[in-house]
Amino acid sequence: MAELKTVGKPMRKKDAMNLLLGKPAFVEDVTPRDCLVVKVLRSPHAHALIRSIKTDIAMKVPGMVAIFTYKDVPHNRYTNAGQTYPEPSPHDRLILDQRVRFVGDAVAILAGETEKAVDKAMKLIKVDYEVLPAVLDPHTAKDNPILVHPEEDWEALCPVGADNKRNLVASETCGEGDVEDVLAHCDVVVDHVWHTKACQQAMMETFRTYTEIDPYGRLHVVSSTQIVFHVRRILAIALGIPKSKIHVEKPRIGGGFGAKQTSVSEIYPAFVTWKTGRAARIVYTRQECQIAGSPRHEMEVHVRLGADKNGKIRALDVYTLSNSGAYSEHGPTTVGLSGHKSIPLYTGSLEAFRFAYDVVYTNVQAAGAYRGYGATQGIFAVESAVNELADRLGIDPVRLREQNMVREGMIMPAYYNEPANACALDRCMARCKELFHWDEKFPVRDMGNGKVRAAGVAMAMQGSGISGVDVGSATVKLSDDGSYNLIIGAADMGTGCDTILAQMVAECMDCDLDNVEVFGADSDASPYDSGSYASSTTYVTGKAVEKACEQLKGQLCTLAAESLGCTSADLEFTGKAVRRCDGTGEISLADLAIKSQCSNNTAVQATASHSSPVSPPPFMVGMVEIELDKETGSVTVLDYKAVVDCGTPINPNLARVQTEGGIVQGIGMALYENVTYSDKGRILEDSLMQYKIPTRLDMGHLQVEFESSYEPTGPFGAKSIGEIVINTPSPALAQAVYRASGVWVRKLPITPEKILLGMRANGQ
Amino acid sequence: MEIQLKLNGRPVRDSIDADTLLIDFVRAHGCASVKRGCETSNCGLCTVLLDGKPVLSCSVLAARADGHEVQTLEGLQAEAEEFVAFIADQGAEQCGFCNPGYVMNTIALLRENPDPTDDEIRAYLAGNLCRCSGYEGQLRGIRAFLSARNQAKEGQDRG
Repeated sequence: MAELKTVGKPMRKKDAMNLLLGKPAFVEDVTPRDCLVVKVLRSPHAHALIRSIKTDIAMKVPGMVAIFTYKDVPHNRYTNAGQTYPEPSPHDRLILDQRVRFVGDAVAILAGETEKAVDKAMKLIKVDYEVLPAVLDPHTAKDNPILVHPEEDWEALCPVGADNKRNLVASETCGEGDVEDVLAHCDVVVDHVWHTKACQQAMMETFRTYTEIDPYGRLHVVSSTQIVFHVRRILAIALGIPKSKIHVEKPRIGGGFGAKQTSVSEIYPAFVTWKTGRAARIVYTRQECQIAGSPRHEMEVHVRLGADKNGKIRALDVYTLSNSGAYSEHGPTTVGLSGHKSIPLYTGSLEAFRFAYDVVYTNVQAAGAYRGYGATQGIFAVESAVNELADRLGIDPVRLREQNMVREGMIMPAYYNEPANACALDRCMARCKELFHWDEKFPVRDMGNGKVRAAGVAMAMQGSGISGVDVGSATVKLSDDGSYNLIIGAADMGTGCDTILAQMVAECMDCDLDNVEVFGADSDASPYDSGSYASSTTYVTGKAVEKACEQLKGQLCTLAAESLGCTSADLEFTGKAVRRCDGTGEISLADLAIKSQCSNNTAVQATASHSSPVSPPPFMVGMVEIELDKETGSVTVLDYKAVVDCGTPINPNLARVQTEGGIVQGIGMALYENVTYSDKGRILEDSLMQYKIPTRLDMGHLQVEFESSYEPTGPFGAKSIGEIVINTPSPALAQAVYRASGVWVRKLPITPEKILLGMRANGQ
Repeated sequence: MEIQLKLNGRPVRDSIDADTLLIDFVRAHGCASVKRGCETSNCGLCTVLLDGKPVLSCSVLAARADGHEVQTLEGLQAEAEEFVAFIADQGAEQCGFCNPGYVMNTIALLRENPDPTDDEIRAYLAGNLCRCSGYEGQLRGIRAFLSARNQAKEGQDRG
C-alpha cells in the first residue's frame, strides 16, 4: 500500500482553536436569546398518580405564556432511546403522564418570557398526588405485584423478552456447550456477584435544546444531540406529526458519552413551540442531569468461572440483572454487552458458556447509553473473576490471561460467531507489561509508613458499530476552487470525528486536510446516518467516506473526459488534476470545478452509505499502580498504563486523548462516583458537590500506546476507540486494592470505608 | 440597581436586578465564552478575571463587580493564543465546553507563576473539571508551550 499522507497523522482538530478561544459554538451561544424559557416541574415521589393539578394561579404570574400537563399531550407512547427503528426499547412514555414513575419524572411543562417568571410560577402549581408504593429494589422487581407500567397501550416493537405485566424490559438466555457439566468437572470455580452503579456521564454541557417554527411552518430544532435523525423520528412520534415537519440540527456538542444518544430534553421546548408557535429553549440544570438524565444501567453480574488447576479457563456462566429504572431506554440492548463483550475475551480456552439476563423496571431514574454500554459492567465482573482465579491458583494474572485470551483468527462463539480478523490483544499485553514494569510492580510493596503499593491488570473489548443495523453515510462534493465539502450526519461531540473523516477524504482525494471542509449534522442537509454512538463513526461512517470518494473520482473523470476529448477510461485522477494516462493533456481540479458549474450535466457530488455485517472488536490492556493507606483505606492512583488495539489509529493524538479521557472516567466510576437513594427513592448525589468526578489531582500519571492491527473491513484498517477505553479501570483497581488490603470490593465504587470495613472484618 | 464596570476594556453601565449573577451579566453582554456547568461552584467553567484575579462568575453577584474590571476570554484572545495552540496540537481541547474556564485560569496561573512545575499546574487548575480529556493532554500542551518559550528565551539570551 502507498504510504499514507494524512491518515495516521496527529492532525490538529479543525475546530480546535475556535473552541480553545471560547468562540460561540454551542446551543446557547448560537441561538437567539429572545425566546421562551422552558422548565419542567418534576415529581417529588417515586410512584404516584396525579389526582389533580391546578395551574391557574401559576399562570397569573406576569410573563407566563403556557403551562402544560398530562391533559394537554397526545396519547402516543414512544421511547426516547436513539436507536434504529423499530427500536428495541419498548414504547412506554408519554410526554407527560398522569402516573409519575420516579423522583424527577416530568409533571408539567412551563414556558414564560423570563426565567424568574417560570421559577415563580413553578412554586405556584398545586399538584395533588395519590402516592403509590414504589418498586425500588431491582431484585424484587420482576413479577412484583406493583407494576411500573400497568398501562394497556405499552408496546414492545421487537421480541426482546419484555413484559410490562411482569416489570420486564427484556429477558434472554443463550450459550454454547454444557456449562453445568464443564463447571462440575473444573478444579476451581470462582462464583461471585459484582455490582456497578447508575453512574452519570457528567458531560460538561448539560442537556439543552432550542426550537422555533421556520418560515415553512416546520419545527426547527437545534439541540445538543448525537442523533439528529433519531431525534426527528422520536419527536414526530411523540407529537403525532409527520417527520417531514421536523428539521433537527446540532451545533458543537459539549460532550455526550452516550447521554445525548437519548432524546432527553428535546421534547419539552418542541412541544411548547408546536403549541404556541413561539421560539423556546430549555437548559437543564446539573441537578436535572443527575436526577432526570440518562445514566449507566446499574447492573449486578453473577459470574461462575470454572478452570483447571493449571489455569485453563474452561467455562463461564454469566447472569446479569440490569436496572432500567422507570423507562426502557436502551434497557434491552445494553445488557447484551455485559456478556457478549466480556466472555469472548477468553475464547482461547473456553469449552462452554452461558449468558442470561433480566432487565427490570423500577421506580428510579431511567437509565440509557453511557460509553461502554453494558460491556463496562460485564468486564468489571468477568475480569475481576479472572483476577480472583489468578489469586486462588497463585498464577500471575498476566500469564493466566496469556494462556486463555482470544487471538487473531479465532472464531468467537460468544460474540455471534464473528471472527477476530484483527486482534493484537497478545501484543497489547506484552507491551503493557513491559511499559508498566509489571514484574517489579505486581509484588505488594510495604512502604514502611503505613502505606502499601500494589498493582492490578485488566483486558477489555468493545464493538465497532452495530452490525447489520446502523447506517453511516457521507456526501463529498467538489467546490468552486477545487476544494471539497464533506457532509455527514454523524455527530462530532468533541471526539474529533469531523476531522478524522476529513482526514480520510484528504487521503482518498490526495489533497491537504485544509482542502476539506466539514458540515454536520443536519437532518435536512446531511445524508442519513444513524448517528454517533456504539463506537461507529470511524468504522462505519469512515467506510462510507471511502466509498463516496471513489464515486466522486469516477464523476471527476467523466466530467474531464468531455473536456479532454477522450473516454474516462483513458484518464486518471492525480489529486490536483485529472490527466490522460498517456500524458497528452490534463485539467486541473479548479478548472473542473468551474466547468461543473456551467452547462454541465454530470454531478460532482457523491453520496455513499455503509452498513457493516460485522462489528470488529477493538482490544485493550490496562495496568494500574496504587498506594493504599492502611490507616484510612484511602487509595491514590499513581500510574496507569494502557495499550490499545483500535486497528489503524486514524489520528493518533485524538485516539490517545480518547483513551486518557476514558481511563479517567473509568477511574471515577471505580473509586469515587456513587449513586445512592433515600428510602423514598430520591438520588442523594444530585450535584457535582456530592457526585465526585475526578479532578486532575485524582488520576495519577497516564501513559497510552497503540499496538495496531489491520481490520480488513474498516477504512484504512481502522476499528473503534471511543468506548472500550472506559472498561479496564474498575477491575484493575479492584485487583490492586485487594493486593494492597486483602479485601475484594465487588460493589462499586471502591470507597475507603468499604476497604477499611473489609480489612477489619478480615481481622487486620 | 445601576452598575458601572469595565468589561474587557470597555466601560459598561447597566440597570440590573440585585440578585443577578456575574455569569449571567457577562453572557448577556456578549461574552458567550463564559459557561455554566453546575450550580455548586464545582466545575470552574465560568472562571473570569475580576481585577485580574480568577473568580467563579457563578458565585459572584454582578453588583460586586460595580466599579471594578472584569475580563473574559473574549478580552484576552492574544494572551490565550500564545499557549492554546500547544493544547490544540495535543488534541486536548476535545468538546471545548470547559476550555474557556481553564484557559482563563491558566492565564491567571502564568501571570502569577510564569514557569510552574507540573504539580503546580495540577494544583492551580484542580478546580477546572474536564470530562473528555483525562487532563493529561492539557498538561502536555501547557508543558510544551513552556518548553518552547523557555527554549526561545535561552536562544535570545545566548544570541
